[in-house]
Amino acid sequence: MSTEGLTTSAYIKHHLQNLTCSIQDGQFHCAHTPEEAKAMGFWAVNIDTLLVSLVLGVVFLYIFSRVAKSISAGAPTGMQNFVEWIVEFIDNSVRGSFTGRSALVAPLALTIFAWIFLMNLMDLVPIDYIAMITQPMGIGHFKLVPTTDPNATIGMAIGVFLLVLFYSIKVKGLGGFVGELTLQPFGKFGLPVNLFLEGVNLIAKPVSLALRLFGNMYAGEMIFILIALMGASWVGFTFSSTMLFGSQIILSLGWAIFHILIVTLQAFIFMTLTIVYLDMAHQEHH
Amino acid sequence: MNINATLIGQTIMFALFVWFCMKFVWPPIMAALDARNKRIADGLAAAERGKNELALAAKHSTELLREAKEKVSEVIAQGDKRASEIVEEAKVQARIESERIVTAAKAEVEQEVFRAKEHLRTQVTAVAMAGAAKILDREIDAKAHNDLLDKLVAEI
Repeated sequence: MSTEGLTTSAYIKHHLQNLTCSIQDGQFHCAHTPEEAKAMGFWAVNIDTLLVSLVLGVVFLYIFSRVAKSISAGAPTGMQNFVEWIVEFIDNSVRGSFTGRSALVAPLALTIFAWIFLMNLMDLVPIDYIAMITQPMGIGHFKLVPTTDPNATIGMAIGVFLLVLFYSIKVKGLGGFVGELTLQPFGKFGLPVNLFLEGVNLIAKPVSLALRLFGNMYAGEMIFILIALMGASWVGFTFSSTMLFGSQIILSLGWAIFHILIVTLQAFIFMTLTIVYLDMAHQEHH
Repeated sequence: MNINATLIGQTIMFALFVWFCMKFVWPPIMAALDARNKRIADGLAAAERGKNELALAAKHSTELLREAKEKVSEVIAQGDKRASEIVEEAKVQARIESERIVTAAKAEVEQEVFRAKEHLRTQVTAVAMAGAAKILDREIDAKAHNDLLDKLVAEI
């Protein structure tokens, strides 16, 4: 494996680095070290994050749109059953949390849930396997889980935040929205305090969305890496090596099973919070 | 772990996926689910209606049956009555016929008796004449005593 001759910290760092690329001096260039990636500044992209999330999004939409095209009101079979099960689940969640009427919220929730679920699910792919494919292709770094990249989670949170702003202004009018930000909870004389409190309240929404998902998935990935390290210190059929290897198998199995729960739960939480935030944006509260 | 333009790409991708889902995925699936819900509701309503109709039909049929039975017993009663009437009529007619036959027979008998009497009378005349001739031992002039003889005959 590629970890031979690497120190433990180098192994961890290696696994936590994205495939960050940018165009420097007219040439397409990918960073080899974290320092190099940092030096690229804002105008660089993580190819792995974008590619994996694009592929997963297309997979999701391909499956669902294929079913949607051939769907019938008769007795459902096979894939249609599965898709209908998810759609009904999302629909019930939306009906439970969203009081207004909107053609956007339910499909938005479905997209968020399915997409994030698939991205999180990539966490269950053994972490060194992907390196076995990408390394011979000359790609040094490839993080398979887009949601362990804060860019991905913040990107989606920004999308939700823009929708919250859009609907707040659409439903309450610009004046109403600004009034909500400035005139409560302390009336017009406490305007700076109001603005500060409501501003924090508003900003907290996308930040909590992005960081909760990122934190959970990043921590999960970190533990997978640490578990994988146990077997990496293989030196032969000694007692300690065998024990470590055995514990790696058991621990990674246990953590993977537990992670199935986290994968689903985080996708569900992101979706539910999005619905709740949009519901709040639709409601006038005085 | 740097913040870079990836997040812009991710936001754009997110928006596109949501748009696609909203346009091509969600509406047909929801329409199909709604259509199926409606179909199931319709089916249940139709079943309920059918059940009601069945109960109604059962009630109607027992009523019809009861009516039919009533009618049948009525018809039977009528038939019985008519039959006894016919029998009565036949009896009356038979009596009339028998009376007629008896009367005719009586008349014939009487006529026969009368004819026999007539015959007998003429015979008696002849016998009487023969007897008288013998007694008188001479020929009675039939012509001369015709009146006498006729009187005799009428007397017998």
